[in-house]
Amino acid sequence: MATAGRLLLILALIGAVYGLCASLYGARSGAREWVDSGRRAMYSVALIAVVAFVILDVAFITSDFSYDIVASGSSTTTPLAYRAAAVWSTQQGSLLLWVMLMSLWASLALFVTRRRVREIVPYAQATMFAFTIFFAGLCVLFANPFATNDAHLTEGAGLDPLLRHVTMLMHPPMVYSGYTLLLVPFSFGVGALLANRVGAEWLQVTRRFALAAWLCLGIGIMLGARWSYTELGWGGYWAWDPVENAALMPWLCATAFIHSMMIQEKRGMLKVWNASLVLATGCLAIVGTFLVRSGILSSIHAFVSDPTLNVSFVSLISVMVIGSIALVVFRRDSLRTEARLDSLLSREAVFLFQNLVLVALAAVIFWITFFPLISEAITGTEVSVGPPAFRPFVVPLALIVVLLSGIGPIIAWRRVTAARLRRNFAFPVAVGTTTLVVLAVATDATAHLLAWVMFGCAAFAIATVGQELARGTRARAAMTGAAAPVALLGLVRRNRRRYGGYIVHLGFALAMIGVAASTSFQHQRYAFLRPGQSAQVDGYTVRYVRPTVSATAQRLSFGAVLDVTRGGRHVTTMQTSYGLYPAQDPMHPIGRFFNGSQESEVALDSGPLRDIWAVIHPNVTPLQGLIARGDQLVSRLLLQVSSLPASQQPAELNLAYALRDQLIRVLAQRFVTHPWASQFLFEVSPLVMWLWVGAIVAALGGLIALPPLRPVRRRAGAARRLASAVDAQDLAAGGKAPQPAGLVSPERELV
Amino acid sequence: MAGYLLVLAVVGFAVYIVSAPLRSARARRRTAPDGLLESVAELEAARDAKYLEITDAELDLRTGKLSPDDHRSLDRALRAEAIEILHRLDAARARAAADER
Repeated sequence: MATAGRLLLILALIGAVYGLCASLYGARSGAREWVDSGRRAMYSVALIAVVAFVILDVAFITSDFSYDIVASGSSTTTPLAYRAAAVWSTQQGSLLLWVMLMSLWASLALFVTRRRVREIVPYAQATMFAFTIFFAGLCVLFANPFATNDAHLTEGAGLDPLLRHVTMLMHPPMVYSGYTLLLVPFSFGVGALLANRVGAEWLQVTRRFALAAWLCLGIGIMLGARWSYTELGWGGYWAWDPVENAALMPWLCATAFIHSMMIQEKRGMLKVWNASLVLATGCLAIVGTFLVRSGILSSIHAFVSDPTLNVSFVSLISVMVIGSIALVVFRRDSLRTEARLDSLLSREAVFLFQNLVLVALAAVIFWITFFPLISEAITGTEVSVGPPAFRPFVVPLALIVVLLSGIGPIIAWRRVTAARLRRNFAFPVAVGTTTLVVLAVATDATAHLLAWVMFGCAAFAIATVGQELARGTRARAAMTGAAAPVALLGLVRRNRRRYGGYIVHLGFALAMIGVAASTSFQHQRYAFLRPGQSAQVDGYTVRYVRPTVSATAQRLSFGAVLDVTRGGRHVTTMQTSYGLYPAQDPMHPIGRFFNGSQESEVALDSGPLRDIWAVIHPNVTPLQGLIARGDQLVSRLLLQVSSLPASQQPAELNLAYALRDQLIRVLAQRFVTHPWASQFLFEVSPLVMWLWVGAIVAALGGLIALPPLRPVRRRAGAARRLASAVDAQDLAAGGKAPQPAGLVSPERELV
Repeated sequence: MAGYLLVLAVVGFAVYIVSAPLRSARARRRTAPDGLLESVAELEAARDAKYLEITDAELDLRTGKLSPDDHRSLDRALRAEAIEILHRLDAARARAAADER
């Protein structure tokens, strides 16, 4: 089946090349059948990619170690779910996942638009084929996921223990879905510019894909943050790691694009901005894909660097950037705006300012992330940047974004009077101000000024959303006579885009409360404790009750049971452990457990007001002497067994391995029977739960906003009112104007 | 063998569906050039966006973001813009229909 898989990959590449050529030929010649054939080629490529991916995944699930990447990335002892997900833990498998997702989303986009934007689709189709060709080409030429070996292995190296976490099952597919979905509006943007059809229609057909991309990428980012918080053992959820930043930057630009496209749809403004933004977002998606596998910036996320891939990716990114700039410059006349900003006191102005802030945020993060490379290129000196480099810039900009997320919903389109503004701002401003005052008086929140301001801004934004929902519900209840809950549901259902967006704002504000509180008011304490000893952290007493140990042939684990009290009252009992996985080291049959992969099992007690977090870093130095003696003993035994006749070796080997495993258990038990001091990290983080709650609320809002706008025939109310306005105008002009022959009247057409 | 059969089946299916538009022997109804259809589509998109603006303005009135006077003047402007789009749409459809004949 490996050969079949490789053949399918080559066929996918050929199909993509055909699709590209057919699309371009159809675009230039006007022969629609070639464009349709090209679209169907994308469906075929998607089918081929899915079959190839299934073949590879089955190889992982069945532990077929004749595949190189299965042997290097999985094992028979890896749980089933992680074996199925291990395919995207490898460079080659992740590239195949990329091809599959790209072709699937492209197929969906082309199916949905098969009867629309006919001059744009061929070029958009060709662009999506270009990306498919690139990634399929990488798989075929440089990173073959179906490479095999003749070693007849019965066991693999296993999955990196850090990746054995439930969030890792979905994090890569979500992030890659976000990246590949972002290439749909990118491709349609390219198509619109090439076809010189830069009105609002290309935005309308790609809006749901931009929103889906934003949603998937956001979920992927949050899953990664959750993994970091509960797995990596450093106590945080965001390290400003280059690969984390590489996902955040296109997400920020996509957020800006989702807002600014509304302005172009409604007012015909910001055409240049939207075109540039969607092209930049697509470029950043490829930059993110490149960073995770390039190794050019140090990152915990990176695959093993491959120089041949680096050259290919840099070439692609260069073509995308230069081509995007050239397209926008070439079409600058067509991109001229049709309307002007009516007033600075308008939702358009707020959206525009918010766009500038979001893009500035992305630009700052880009600059700081790539600064080590830039510095090294210019000065030859390697520098490193960490979280402190980002905070002075990111925090103030994030404050402005939260504030604007509250202002936008309560300002009308086009213009609003000062009196109306005062009326709409009164309640949210009161809530925000009251929050600041209460926090200043009742807590030490002002010790961290920016966090304190963030709480006020978030409270303002939350109050705004609450006010909008309340007023909308009241208005709908008055119109329909329905009870408030029914009216609320009806309100959201009939205005999904608006109120889905408001719910996203609510989620974002909640998340920022969690971020501000947990980063500024976190209490952290390192402690060396023996069993029975305690440490104090933020008013909590954490007592090391007893050590725990677990030893199998696949994993060694040293842990601790911890008892947490506050003011003499029991709060919780937690358990943390540190897992050691054996390395492939035949020279050290015992010691290999202590120089292989390691991972932490965090102790976590979550609550709405605080998280208590603990992790153990056991010191194995006291065991070193015993480990060395164990290595000598087992190595000597294995040497003796190897000198026996072949017929006796299997039985003697089994005995030797049984002795080895017994020695490991005895060694490990010393952590319990003769416990020594271990290092612990304790953290009390206030309100961090609201980061996760906010993310869930925002995702829910995104899902609500995702369905398409209602079809025309359901807007009968607006249509009838509009028709009566037409009649009124005609009557005012002295009677009904004669309808030109062949025209359908607006009323008949709309109803 | 199973793998090669699978590849053959997938290839056969792909060739069949990809070539279908090219093989189609049905006399295609002559349609207006894509350029004209595109103009109609763009105007329909503009019309839909204008309806959304009208609906949004009404919602803004009901939720207190716009005063009745502000809403009245905005609504009048939006409807005038919508009527302009509808007239242009009618004209574009007429041109497309005439070109088909």
